[in-house]
Amino acid sequence: MIVNGVAIDDTFAEAFAMRGTRLIITAHNLAWARTAAVSMTGFATSVIGCGCEAGIEREVPAGETPDGRPGVAVLLFATSSAELGRQVERRVGQCVLTSPTSAVFSGIAEGRPLPLGKNLRYFGDGYQISKVVAGRRYWRVPVMDGEFIAEDTTAMSDAIGGGNFLILAAGTAQALAAAEAAIEAMRAVTGAIMPFPGGVVRSGSKVGSKYKALIASTNHAFCPTLRGGVASELGPDVECVLEIVIDGLTEESVRQSMRAGLRAVCALGAAGGVRRLSAGNYGGKLGKFHFPLRALLP
Amino acid sequence: MSKLVLRLRTAPAFRLDLSALTPERLSGMNAEAVARLELAHGRRRTPVGEWFDVRGAGGERLVIEADGGRLDRIGADMTGGEIRIDGNAGAYLGIGMRGGRIEISGNADAYAACGLAGGTLRIGGNAGDFLGAALPGEHKGMRGGVVIVGGHVGDRAGDHMRRGLILAEGDCGSYCGSRMQGGTLALLGRCGIRPGYSMRRGTLLFMGPPPAPGPSFNDAGELPLGFLVLLARGWKDLPSRFAQIARPSTRVRRWLGDLAFGGMGELIHWPGPGNPA
Repeated sequence: MIVNGVAIDDTFAEAFAMRGTRLIITAHNLAWARTAAVSMTGFATSVIGCGCEAGIEREVPAGETPDGRPGVAVLLFATSSAELGRQVERRVGQCVLTSPTSAVFSGIAEGRPLPLGKNLRYFGDGYQISKVVAGRRYWRVPVMDGEFIAEDTTAMSDAIGGGNFLILAAGTAQALAAAEAAIEAMRAVTGAIMPFPGGVVRSGSKVGSKYKALIASTNHAFCPTLRGGVASELGPDVECVLEIVIDGLTEESVRQSMRAGLRAVCALGAAGGVRRLSAGNYGGKLGKFHFPLRALLP
Repeated sequence: MSKLVLRLRTAPAFRLDLSALTPERLSGMNAEAVARLELAHGRRRTPVGEWFDVRGAGGERLVIEADGGRLDRIGADMTGGEIRIDGNAGAYLGIGMRGGRIEISGNADAYAACGLAGGTLRIGGNAGDFLGAALPGEHKGMRGGVVIVGGHVGDRAGDHMRRGLILAEGDCGSYCGSRMQGGTLALLGRCGIRPGYSMRRGTLLFMGPPPAPGPSFNDAGELPLGFLVLLARGWKDLPSRFAQIARPSTRVRRWLGDLAFGGMGELIHWPGPGNPA
């Protein structure tokens, strides 16, 4: 299959089950809401080393947030309910509670409850106040700029992690341009995030390693410098490969996000230096969610 | 939806206990069966048919048409369904209610919403003393649900209140929020003396004239309180004047107290147009 001169591999992205939640962070203005959100979703690129994968989903206008202030929606994903709970508590406690004028609310209505302000309230040292409004409990924790408002719990839903595709390009500049175009298009899709730096990962991995201590190692088949030395996936016309990884609250949100990204890359086409699109899969051994690339295009 | 209508035919000489008549207890019963149910009237037990004309069938809705104020314990311990009262109710309206909805066009006597745990009670007229309070000798007042009063409220509203919301559109008597331990009581009108007397926790929100806190309350000054936006947004679907309230600012004046009882309660004056701080 060739779209606008770009070869689409007959393969699929292999994704796996995760647990996810959405939080709404608000603040006095959008800049401070974003500061809290960026801080909270920092060092959250991969569950392999960060405990969770997180990112900013979208900006939320003041009219849509619970407290009528500008906000940012963030998504967090982890491999287990317990780990997601730990990560939410730690990150909100260290990055949102501490951020000036911030407040945090659940962004998901349905699902199993996950503590949000439930334990963070103890920072109030007994001066915290609970308020139940329209059936939802909020905590008012006194802090030096006023009160930190946190909803008691958020909700946790089954989610999907590891949706992905690989951009094989003629060179670094072309690969970066294609990845940036893809990310811009994908950020318009709600319910999904791209957790890596700028949404893009250059160190795609395979499962396992020659070193027993490692559970993942470089995806050598896609490393241009190993072309000729290993069973490479790369032809002579590819000098740079970048990957985009997607986590989503639903299978459909991952699919929509991948579709938006793939279409944006194909729009650049061969003229933009994009040679092939491929995806990372592990022969169906890693996850039960498969996203065939060719079904998502044109 | 099936509906049962009880029209008061004869005004009772003594207090009449209507706690046996809740939608869930009457569900599936026809008018004849309901008319045979017994109600406590003073020292006697008397059938419903002695006092009321009964029509319809028991189900989700119960309508009581009555002008007298001696019908006590309407909606006691109810868990669901709806009761509408065209007229006035006696004491203990909605006592121990855990769910459902009661709407009364007229006035309710003392101890309405006493020990309320859930559901919505809307009083179109005035409410008597001890609205949302605990029974004498008990320590648990209202602990959930919503009470809306279109008129004025008597003394000691929210006594021993733990959770839930009371919205009073008119004036409130003296000692509102006395011995309060949580929850929110908001009013648009004036309040009597010593609001929050002996309160430990909870919020008394004055959206009309400012309160005159007692000596055991400390002035915390003026400051913005963002949670009020959450609170007011939670009212927007309620059948009350509070649903239309829009304040240009969250800047309020706040007093903490009762300092003789821990001082974790708060009196908040949230002024609006025409009600400056």
